[in-house]
Amino acid sequence: MCGVCGCDDEASATALNLQTGRMIVLDPQHEHVHADGTRHSHPPHRLHPGSLPARSHGHEPGASTIIDIETRILAKNDALASANRDRLASRNVLSINLMSGPGAGKTTLLERTIRELGQATALFVVEGDQATSNDGERIRAAGAPVVQVNTGTGCHLDAEMIAKGLDELDPCTGSILIIENVGNLVCPALFDLGEHRKVAILSVTEGDDKPLKYPHMFRAADLMLINKIDLLPHVDFDVNRAYANARAVNPGIAMLQTSARTAEGLPQWYRWLEAERRALLPAS
Amino acid sequence: MHELGISRNIVAIVAEAAAGRRVRRVTVEIGKLSGILADAVAFCFEAAAHGTVLEGAALEIVEIDGRARCLSCGAEFTVPSWGIACACGSARLAHLAGEELKIKTMEIDEVH
Repeated sequence: MCGVCGCDDEASATALNLQTGRMIVLDPQHEHVHADGTRHSHPPHRLHPGSLPARSHGHEPGASTIIDIETRILAKNDALASANRDRLASRNVLSINLMSGPGAGKTTLLERTIRELGQATALFVVEGDQATSNDGERIRAAGAPVVQVNTGTGCHLDAEMIAKGLDELDPCTGSILIIENVGNLVCPALFDLGEHRKVAILSVTEGDDKPLKYPHMFRAADLMLINKIDLLPHVDFDVNRAYANARAVNPGIAMLQTSARTAEGLPQWYRWLEAERRALLPAS
Repeated sequence: MHELGISRNIVAIVAEAAAGRRVRRVTVEIGKLSGILADAVAFCFEAAAHGTVLEGAALEIVEIDGRARCLSCGAEFTVPSWGIACACGSARLAHLAGEELKIKTMEIDEVH
């Protein structure tokens, strides 16, 4: 489903056959480029044969009017995210949008965080996956209230899903809500959920160039967790290079190094969460 | 496939603004640094418009180049992708354009 989501910075998606070296530009549109650079495209007529009259650029007889709209395309999501943010702020709940590619260790890190930090601080979890409640079950077993969102074909959580999760979880004052997004380094970066902080996990088995390959994710993140550092002796992952790459797209990004398996670096992760949580509490 | 969601958002917002009138054309701005592929939005648009007042409407996409100003030397330049530093070597940039995701105008049938 995410075949079109390879949101690199090219104007068009391309497919490169590395065996033959042939590059295919994927451009399904009936498209024209005007002198001012404006692209004018039609939907492909073949999608619904018979449903559309043959058209020539939509210039039809009869009077028409052009009306200014000037609306952000994601205005609805942004408004819902803003409502979530207000709702969380009213109870001084810290909310974290935890994002990574599949298999970077989000759920394992969360299980451990719940078992260890959860002793002192109430944690709530919204768990996002396309299908199954496997991860939600793991979170529940670790001891935190959890809502599992299955997005079906959707590849990211949106603000409405979080609003539903908040309805169910009703997190208590001063707690932490962790939103485990769908495993995907592309789409989740674009959707504001109303969280306070975005955290991107990069595991050392993925390669230290991921921040450059998925710049939107690492540009959006406040903190990058380099996870699975117990495997560093076995892989060609250079932590300093990964951090330099992340800073190239986001000079303000912070970094922590963790192993959710051996617990190395987890005290620093817990301290970061606690510092963020306390920053939301009223001064006493 | 967030571009389908983007196309659905475009259709929903324009359909509401059109209030039942048939829409001939929609013009949107998509920044080249927005993380949204204009081609994919265009591809999904017809499916999203099917069965609405936007059915058959043309989608005009104005792509906006990424622009930044260097916070060290003050130079302004085009940014083709994230992670680009200024020619002076500084990576401290103020991004000026390229992240747009906006519906600009719609062209609708005049009511007689």
